[in-house]
Amino acid sequence: MVPVSYYLILSAILFSIGLGAFLVKRNIITIFMSIELMLNAVNLSFVAFAHQWHQVSGQIFVFFVMVVAAAEAAVGLAIIIAIFRTRNTLNVDQVDLMKL
Amino acid sequence: MTGSPDLHLWLIPLVPFAGFLVNGLVGHKLPKTLVSAVALIATLIPVIQVATIVAGFSSLTLPHVEHVATWITAGAFHADFAFQLDQLTLVMLCVVTGVGFLIHVYSVGYMGEEEGYWRYFAYLNLFMFFMLTLVLAENFLLMFVGWEGVGLASYLLIGFYYLRNSAANAGKKAFVVNRIGDFGFLLAMFLLIAHFGTLSYGEVFSQIAAHPEWQGGFLTAIALFLVLGATGKSAQIPLYVWLPDAMEGPTPVSALIHAATMVTAGVYMVARTHVIFDRSPFALSTVAIIGTATALFAATIGLVQTDIKRVLAYSTVSQLGYMFLACGVAAYSAGVFHLVTHAFFKALLFLGAGSVIHALSGEQDMRVMGGLRKKIPVTFWTMTMAVFAIAGFPPFAGFVSKDEILYEAFISPNGGKLLWLVGLLTAGLTSFYMFRLWYLTFFGESRAHAQEDKHDHGHGHSHGVHESPWVMLVPLSILAVLSIIGGWMGWPEGLGGGNWFAHFLEPVTKTFQPEFPAGSKQLELVLALVSTLVAVAGWFVAHTLYYSKPELPAKLAQQLRAFYNLLTNKYWVDELYGAVVVTPLLFVSRYVLKGLFDRGVVDGGGYAVGYSAQGLGAIVQRIQSGNIRSYAGWLAIGAAVLLIVTYLFTTHFSLR
Repeated sequence: MVPVSYYLILSAILFSIGLGAFLVKRNIITIFMSIELMLNAVNLSFVAFAHQWHQVSGQIFVFFVMVVAAAEAAVGLAIIIAIFRTRNTLNVDQVDLMKL
Repeated sequence: MTGSPDLHLWLIPLVPFAGFLVNGLVGHKLPKTLVSAVALIATLIPVIQVATIVAGFSSLTLPHVEHVATWITAGAFHADFAFQLDQLTLVMLCVVTGVGFLIHVYSVGYMGEEEGYWRYFAYLNLFMFFMLTLVLAENFLLMFVGWEGVGLASYLLIGFYYLRNSAANAGKKAFVVNRIGDFGFLLAMFLLIAHFGTLSYGEVFSQIAAHPEWQGGFLTAIALFLVLGATGKSAQIPLYVWLPDAMEGPTPVSALIHAATMVTAGVYMVARTHVIFDRSPFALSTVAIIGTATALFAATIGLVQTDIKRVLAYSTVSQLGYMFLACGVAAYSAGVFHLVTHAFFKALLFLGAGSVIHALSGEQDMRVMGGLRKKIPVTFWTMTMAVFAIAGFPPFAGFVSKDEILYEAFISPNGGKLLWLVGLLTAGLTSFYMFRLWYLTFFGESRAHAQEDKHDHGHGHSHGVHESPWVMLVPLSILAVLSIIGGWMGWPEGLGGGNWFAHFLEPVTKTFQPEFPAGSKQLELVLALVSTLVAVAGWFVAHTLYYSKPELPAKLAQQLRAFYNLLTNKYWVDELYGAVVVTPLLFVSRYVLKGLFDRGVVDGGGYAVGYSAQGLGAIVQRIQSGNIRSYAGWLAIGAAVLLIVTYLFTTHFSLR
């Protein structure tokens, strides 16, 4: 049986990659994908703990995260299309109107 | 609570208050007849109620106290909404409701063409509410409510013509000067609480009665603070300055508030708390000296005033001095008696003056009056009654009460021949200036031609001299009758009377001092003769100067120039107060309080807070760059910091 720490290390690596990409990348779609990566890293640790402690609540929580992620993808992609149509760019550094 | 019937005393002040609410809230939408109907009914109901109380008075156990509700309970101290009825209260109730109602009736005619008719009657009813609270209260605190309230109503009514600057200033002056007196009243109440733990009349007075060894000391302190309060409300030296200026208000207001009722509150208060004063000969002497000095001082100023209302104002101050003199020689019933008769004839004088002013379309200067005797005969005759009454001619009301005061001052151990002599001199001066007013207004030729277009008063109609409507003349006539017979209820024993009034008040005003030396009836008769002669002398001098030789006053003024200037400038007291008190106070307020404290500390503190928040914001706003990746960076850093902190706390700083 694979020890739980392996899962957690994998989860941490995936999360860190997602976080790094989120901070570094400028394309909105890439940022979006890195968010998905972070969510799935967390899902992985949920499932690992659920298996470890024989508790089903962790797995249920994963379903919730998936539902939210799906909704987010739907809304988020719509927003991205709207931004692209109005500004003709997907570079987040050029989308910085929300400041004083 | 005794087994005596429930008289619903609380209704007496509350009915005028209801009138105030109706007229004050919706009066501006009502027609004038309805406004006056509300105001008159709201004052008529208390009159009827007082009349029923008078009818059943002998069957009551006195003092009759009614607790309506608890007001304040704080530890051992408590104060109630409680009303008390005894002989003194009854006398005051009769005066306040009776004269008050007559003046309401008169006002319907006098104020008929004024702007703000509803406002006037609302204020007048408000005044009645507070005045009745003042006299009915069973403890000092409730009395203080009435005390402050009448000051407020007085302020509102003095400043009734608020568009006129002088009226607004006079209102402010009255209010501020009264505050000084109220300060004394407050300190007296604090001392009472500190020493007696209660403010109820009955409890305080019974505690004092139970300790005959208490003499002077803190009782003197309480009494002197009460005197300070009384000098403010009753316009005595040194706080009399507001009353002459209060004549800026409508004339019926001068009659009701600044002659008949409110200004007598100080006298009422001294008479009510005489148990305290009886234990303090020093405070009593202070009252007597203040009263005598004020009586003489104001009478001398009254000699040379030319405004008809100001003559009456100074005469009011002077007569209030008499009442203080009476209280100061522990002749409280004489003081209250003079209060009653004075309410009759001074209200009549003011209402008569109002009728004269009304007839002349707002003219108040006696120098341009004259010859009005034939033109306004009812006013002339009623006012003549009042002039004879205040001048002290027997058998008019003023003679009886003033003579009793002088007699008591003469024989009282607290009084003395000097007080009597000054009082007598003042009586002569009073007689002189009242007949001066009488001659200048009603006799000789009319001097009005030089002043054709001088209407600064609110009366718009300018058709010739006219007698007032009946609604004004009826109150005048009733008061004229009272000015004649009002004194007979206290007809002195020395002149074959029974002095019923003094005996009636005796349960309240009985002193615990050694008995008065019994003055003989012959002495009383002689003193009465002397004061009558003085009154006649005053009349004679006035007759000479203002009727038979009208050119003489100007010559006299020329010869006694310095003295005349002193009097016309009212001893420069206003200027003195202005220089000594008002100017430094304004200076301190403007530069220290406003400039330094208000601008510097209060505003400065506010600005400092605002500017520091702005500065901090200017620094922090850089974080909000609008750049999503920088937000994400901050988020990540925050999460990392939280993680590290949690880790450190769980491993290194175990909270267990």
